[in-house]
Amino acid sequence: MKVRANFSLVMNLDKCIGCHTCSVTCKNVWTNRKGMEYAWFNNVETKPGIGYPKNWEDQEKWNGGWELHGGKLQLKSGNRRSILKNIFMNPNMPTIDDYYEPFTYDYATLQNSELVEATPTARPRSLIDGLRMEKIEWGPNWEDDLGGKFKHRGQDTNFSNMEKQIYGEFEQTFLMYLPRMCNHCINPSCVASCPSGSLYKREEDGIVLVDQDKCRSWRMCISACPYKKMFYNWESGKAEKCTGCYPRVESGLPTVCSESCVGRIRYNGVMLYDADRIEELASIEDDQALYQAQLDIFLDPNDPEVIKQAKEDGIPESWMEAARQSPVRKLIVDWKVAFPLHPEFRTLPMVWYVPPLSPVQSQIDQGNLSTMADGVIPSIETLRLPMKYLANMFTAGDEKPIVGALKRMIAMRSFYRSLTVDKKTDLAVLEEVGLTEDQVHEMYRYMAIANYEDRFVIPTSHEELRQEDFHSFQGQNGFSFGNDGCSISDNASIFPEKRKKTADNLEFVRYHPAAKRSDGEKA
Amino acid sequence: MNLSNLLFGVYPYIALTTFLVGSVIRFDREQYTWKADSSQIFEKEQLQKGSILFHIGVLALFMGHFAGLVTPHSWFLAMGVSDMMHQIVAISAGAAFGSICMMGGVILWKRRMYHPRVRANSRFMDLFILNWILVTLGVGLLTIPVSIYHAFSGDTSAMIALADWAQATLTLNANSTLLANVGFIYKLHLFLGMSVFFLFPFSRLVHVWSMPLGYMFRPYQIVRTKFVKQR
Repeated sequence: MKVRANFSLVMNLDKCIGCHTCSVTCKNVWTNRKGMEYAWFNNVETKPGIGYPKNWEDQEKWNGGWELHGGKLQLKSGNRRSILKNIFMNPNMPTIDDYYEPFTYDYATLQNSELVEATPTARPRSLIDGLRMEKIEWGPNWEDDLGGKFKHRGQDTNFSNMEKQIYGEFEQTFLMYLPRMCNHCINPSCVASCPSGSLYKREEDGIVLVDQDKCRSWRMCISACPYKKMFYNWESGKAEKCTGCYPRVESGLPTVCSESCVGRIRYNGVMLYDADRIEELASIEDDQALYQAQLDIFLDPNDPEVIKQAKEDGIPESWMEAARQSPVRKLIVDWKVAFPLHPEFRTLPMVWYVPPLSPVQSQIDQGNLSTMADGVIPSIETLRLPMKYLANMFTAGDEKPIVGALKRMIAMRSFYRSLTVDKKTDLAVLEEVGLTEDQVHEMYRYMAIANYEDRFVIPTSHEELRQEDFHSFQGQNGFSFGNDGCSISDNASIFPEKRKKTADNLEFVRYHPAAKRSDGEKA
Repeated sequence: MNLSNLLFGVYPYIALTTFLVGSVIRFDREQYTWKADSSQIFEKEQLQKGSILFHIGVLALFMGHFAGLVTPHSWFLAMGVSDMMHQIVAISAGAAFGSICMMGGVILWKRRMYHPRVRANSRFMDLFILNWILVTLGVGLLTIPVSIYHAFSGDTSAMIALADWAQATLTLNANSTLLANVGFIYKLHLFLGMSVFFLFPFSRLVHVWSMPLGYMFRPYQIVRTKFVKQR
């Protein structure tokens, strides 16, 4: 057993209203730069739809993620040799039109226009080549609220093994929102595909980052990430990705997307997992067993064995306490209402989703649909979203866990309705789904009320453990590119003057059975 | 100092020094600019043809030039490779890979010049270095008919002289008089080729140094820690 902590998220889709506040705040903070206009580290998709970039879920097309090759885990884009062979041209990489061509408008014409009959217009202009765009054909959120024809939206791969034509009809149509970001996977395929080894997972919190100095723009990560959450900055020629807002998380603050979420759908917390079992559990043959496999890789922070090993592996006590209080853990492990997005990609993602309920209230009011005994809360059969669709998205097609989760959520509603309306404790409804009264109160507190302190349990990074000289940060700029002040490179300079470094004892260790960890001897 | 000595006695060292020292300085100081600078996100089809052809050609040409010019004359003779055989191999390999490289290069040039998105995001040096390589390559291809003429008249002296000059230069004994009887077209190719090395650290060519062969041997996952383990 090797205990590692992972900063993780759960998104409660039942409460997502598709307002895009997360996307916009993220964009303002991280990608409002030249070369990254097209990139959305966080975006919200309307499902069913092909998403951003187009058809990102279709791995027959993009060859992202992992696959089993003779029982062994291998990148779907090929073994090491074929990845290097494709280095002159990556056949799996999307081009800018698969995302969308970023644009601006000729706003100046509005002000500079002479007096004219018709209102002057600001016409669109490409942000890439500066040329006039006669018509904007696609955008980051083109399918918002089921925009466009079903013929296009229906290409959504989550319709596989379904009679999808029926859902193109107005009466049968359904929609849900899917906010997406980097999953900070336990078994990241982007890291595995990087020829120069610039991508890495942080041991302390599991956040996956790109070393901007080491990236050589071989662009293999862009296609290897099955979620298409690696982006190519065409201005700098480097890969960029969601940083998990690590400067905030290190200080105990939630990510910007979570902080700004008006629906309170996002939970931030710590999960413990067993790093020794990654390969074993990610290479289980049955796709539908991968959801359970990922549950199995998580460790119980209350287990004395785990506590002992965690201490040995250097996990600080505050992190153990956070793991015990983790709202993410409650949703994933205790109540089993959250699921990983496409576990069949085998990256063991660490952003999980609570599937949405989808009652048709007007139909229930007219008595057209079956309900629970209380006559108000709909039964699961009457939900609008096809279970198969949700299962294709979250459990590789296995409907049972999804149905179980939705039933528990419905039971919680039903129980609380009788409690507040009829002043009755309806234990029968809980028994049916195997919840205790205590559990349902806690579920209600976390899922319905979702207070800030409950949603975000984030331990600070223990900077004091690695930073002996607290003054060594003085006079340094925190974020910059190039060699102006915060380089982490440890190469000796050929110049006489000493280059400023973030900290003298900063040291990165590559994890490899053969590579020994430095003992921290300082010159 | 005459012009010949300046170009073939001194300039090789200026070019090589700039190539090596410049690369080291840029690697040390400007890691963030050290990259292949792919433009694949803008255009894929032409890149597929152009880039693959160009890279296969240019890598083969580099290795061919290196082996042909730097291997001592006596080694070739010891391996039983006569001068004429050497020349014929050089001509045919050079023609084959030169044409492949040229085909790819022209596709890449057309793409960089006329694809609006690629063009708009090309820096001056991107186009300049591509042009320079293509001119060097073109002149290199023009030497082939001359070499064929030499081969038919049983004359291998130009090839031997070029190899001697290259070896003398690399052993710090540059002697421009070795090239006294070598044709102008060869000298032009030499000058252009040395300049590619001179321009190397100032262009995107630096990505050649970072050929990621280590990827074959590293573990898939990389985990870094910022903590230094306590004793």
